Amino acid sequence: MRESTVMKIHYGTALAAVALVAVHILMRLTMGYAESLEYENVLANYKFVPYAIMLEIILVLLAVHGFNGLRVILLELKQGRLYEKSVSYGCLIGMIGLIAYGSRTIIMTNMGIV
Amino acid sequence: MAQVSSISNEQSQTAKSVTLKISRYNPEHDESSGFMEFNVQYEKWTTVLEAILDVKKHFDHSVAVRYSCRQATCGSCGMIINGKPRLACFTKISELDSNVVTVEPMNNFPVIRDLAVKFEKLFDTHQKIKPYLIRDDTELVSDEKEFLQTPEEVEQYIQFANCIKCGLCNSACPTMATDSSFVGPQALAQAYRYVADSRDKGKDSRLKIIDDSHGIWRCHFAGSCSQVCPKGVDPAMGIQLLRGYMLGFKS
Repeated sequence: MRESTVMKIHYGTALAAVALVAVHILMRLTMGYAESLEYENVLANYKFVPYAIMLEIILVLLAVHGFNGLRVILLELKQGRLYEKSVSYGCLIGMIGLIAYGSRTIIMTNMGIV
Repeated sequence: MAQVSSISNEQSQTAKSVTLKISRYNPEHDESSGFMEFNVQYEKWTTVLEAILDVKKHFDHSVAVRYSCRQATCGSCGMIINGKPRLACFTKISELDSNVVTVEPMNNFPVIRDLAVKFEKLFDTHQKIKPYLIRDDTELVSDEKEFLQTPEEVEQYIQFANCIKCGLCNSACPTMATDSSFVGPQALAQAYRYVADSRDKGKDSRLKIIDDSHGIWRCHFAGSCSQVCPKGVDPAMGIQLLRGYMLGFKS
C-alpha cells in the first residue's frame, strides 16, 4: 500500500475517532458519571446493539490509528530493510490481534456470555 | 605601504576582539570532537568566515573549512554558529551580539574534518526528485516558442527556485536527526518547486518518488528548516503544499 494511502487512513481514523469518542463520553452524561460506569450499566451499554456497534467501530479506528502511529515512530527511530519489514508486519499483526480480542469481548458481552 | 599602515591603524582603533571557538575533529584520528579557542579582532562588517580565514592565516592553517563565493550564493560555508545553522559568509560577528562565537560542523551530515561535511546524500536526494522540467517537447527545437508563464504561475514556485543547496535546512531538521533515510526538507522543497511549475509535466513520477515510508509524510512540520534558510525559502510551507497534492486537495 502506498504511504499516502496509509496516511489518508491515518488522518481519517483520527477524525472519526475524535467524533465517536466524543459521543462515547457524552453518553456518560446521560446519567451521573460514576453511575454510568457501574457494572450493570456498562453491561447494559454492551447489550444495546447500536452502542456495541459504535464501540466496535471505535476499537477498529483506534487500533488502526494507534498501530500505524507506533509504526511511524519506530520507523523514525531506526532504519534498515529487515527492521522496517518487521515493524510493519509486527504492527499489522498487533492491530489485528487487538481488534480480534476487543471484538471478542464486545460480542461475548453483547450475547450475555460474560 | 604607508596607506596600508594607516588603514591598519584605523582598523585597530575601531576593532573589537572576540573568542572564536572552532570545533576540531578528524574522523581518521580523533575519537571525539573538541574545541580550539582563538582571540580574533573584528570590525562591524567582519563575517564569521573572514574570522575563520584569519585564524587559518595567522594561527592554525590546518583548520578545515569549505567556502567559495563569500556572498551567500554558492552555499558552501554552512555551519552551526552559536548553536544555529547559518552561512559563515552571511553572518557578521557584530550581529551575533556575543563575546564568544562557537562554530561547529552542520548537524545531520557526516564530518570530513573540522567544519567541512559531506554533501553526497544532500546532492543524491536532490537528484532523486528529478530537479528539472519533465515534458516530451522542448523549447530548444527551432520554430518552437519558449514556454510562457503568467506572473501568477511564476509566483507559485519562484521562492523555491532560490535554493542554493547549502544544506542548512537539512541540518536544522529534527526528523533528519533520527531518520537517516528521510528525504529531507531541501529535496522536498525542490520537489514542490517543480510540481508547482506550470511548464512541468512530471508531477506523477515526482510525487511517486516522495510517497515513501521515509518520504514527505515523515515531516512533523517543526518549521526549523524555514527559520534557518539564508535565501528566504520556506521549505516547511512547500512540504505542506506538496501534501495538498498528495491528499488530492490540489491537482
